[in-house]
Amino acid sequence: MLFSYPILALDAENLACSRGGRVIFEGLAFRLGNGEAIALTGRNGAGKSSLLAMLCGRLRADAGTIRLEGVTESRPAELSHLVGHRDGLKTALTAQENLAFAQALLGDPALSPDEALAAVGLPHVAGLPVGYLSAGQRRRVALARLLVSRRPFWLLDEPMSALDLSAQVMLTGLMRGHLAQGGAILAATHGPLGLDGARELRIGP
Amino acid sequence: MTGAFLAILKRDLALAARAGGGGELALVFFLTIVVLVPFALGPDLNLLSRIGPAILWLGALLSMLIGLDRLFQGDEEDGSLDLIRASVLPLELAVLAKGLAHWLATGLPLALAAPLLGLLVALPSEAILPVVATLLVGTPALSFIGAGGAALTAGLRRGGLILPVLVAPLTVPVLIFGVSAANAALGGTVPFRTPFLILCAISLVAIVIGTLAAAAALRQSD
Repeated sequence: MLFSYPILALDAENLACSRGGRVIFEGLAFRLGNGEAIALTGRNGAGKSSLLAMLCGRLRADAGTIRLEGVTESRPAELSHLVGHRDGLKTALTAQENLAFAQALLGDPALSPDEALAAVGLPHVAGLPVGYLSAGQRRRVALARLLVSRRPFWLLDEPMSALDLSAQVMLTGLMRGHLAQGGAILAATHGPLGLDGARELRIGP
Repeated sequence: MTGAFLAILKRDLALAARAGGGGELALVFFLTIVVLVPFALGPDLNLLSRIGPAILWLGALLSMLIGLDRLFQGDEEDGSLDLIRASVLPLELAVLAKGLAHWLATGLPLALAAPLLGLLVALPSEAILPVVATLLVGTPALSFIGAGGAALTAGLRRGGLILPVLVAPLTVPVLIFGVSAANAALGGTVPFRTPFLILCAISLVAIVIGTLAAAAALRQSD
């Protein structure tokens, strides 16, 4: 039986962000529903990562609201995966242990850590401490986190960085699969995501 | 939710057990302090055994502060804190799990090592059990008072220097009642029970307030 996410939407209105007293963006609005993908673009320092940090609960919006439609009792962060520059991996733990921790912490288990590592093409590093992996391999382990527990919103910060060509193709495939299940993706990016029908949300000029 | 709580606890204990985890660092520091004191004071066994409980308590307190700055800083730097924020587990319970793991990896070994180090300061045999008991109930307070400070300094690069200055004054009541309970067992007008129960109360209050304060500080940080 195919899994599919319930009807959900992330609705942001009139968001404003300032860092260190300087306004970075204001009046930002978007709606992200089932099966939709948004490519978040803008020059360096436009506030792409800050927007993702707001959605995952690390930063507070200076103005505006972020609402979830379809659920009443969850914060947006509880339904989201974040894969960003800080990969959330402990270098002293193995890839498998890192993913098992993420699965226990985030809940809603989907693939097992070993299956997820196989899906991102790293079945052979499961027992290695993450500190021994290359930047691209670490990024892949962080992306494997998307697969160990089921969350409808994927918030990705430059997901293609450090990935080789085959891994980029792999990630595009994962994103397509997620959208087909009714998931949604918001990805800050400078390059193409390879997704048909992805909208572009541009921050700043 | 229980699963997430246990996951954090288990992960932090595993990290403390790995190389560079910090658990053994506190123990070695404790040993260093207690070994050095007799050299500084000279071979006066009576003096040593009279101030033995105080030395052990002071050593334990300073050892707890060592490495405390990494409690949240490591998670903040590598993004694990975002992962914890994305869990359904309330931040307060996540802090509780991390504080508990810190105590299990640091405070508990210190308390258990105290009888052995007591030999170095000529601790009288009737004082060994009281010292261990006071350290067992007093060190959780240090872990959780420290957690509040560690959460405040999580985003600072050199938080390790500020943290002891911030936290040490708050640990004074723990030190006073810990040492006075341990000394009461050696004789005196105050029974062991009175300061010991106050120490227990301080620990319980510190666990609650420290947890809430640390979670509030982590919410504010950006």
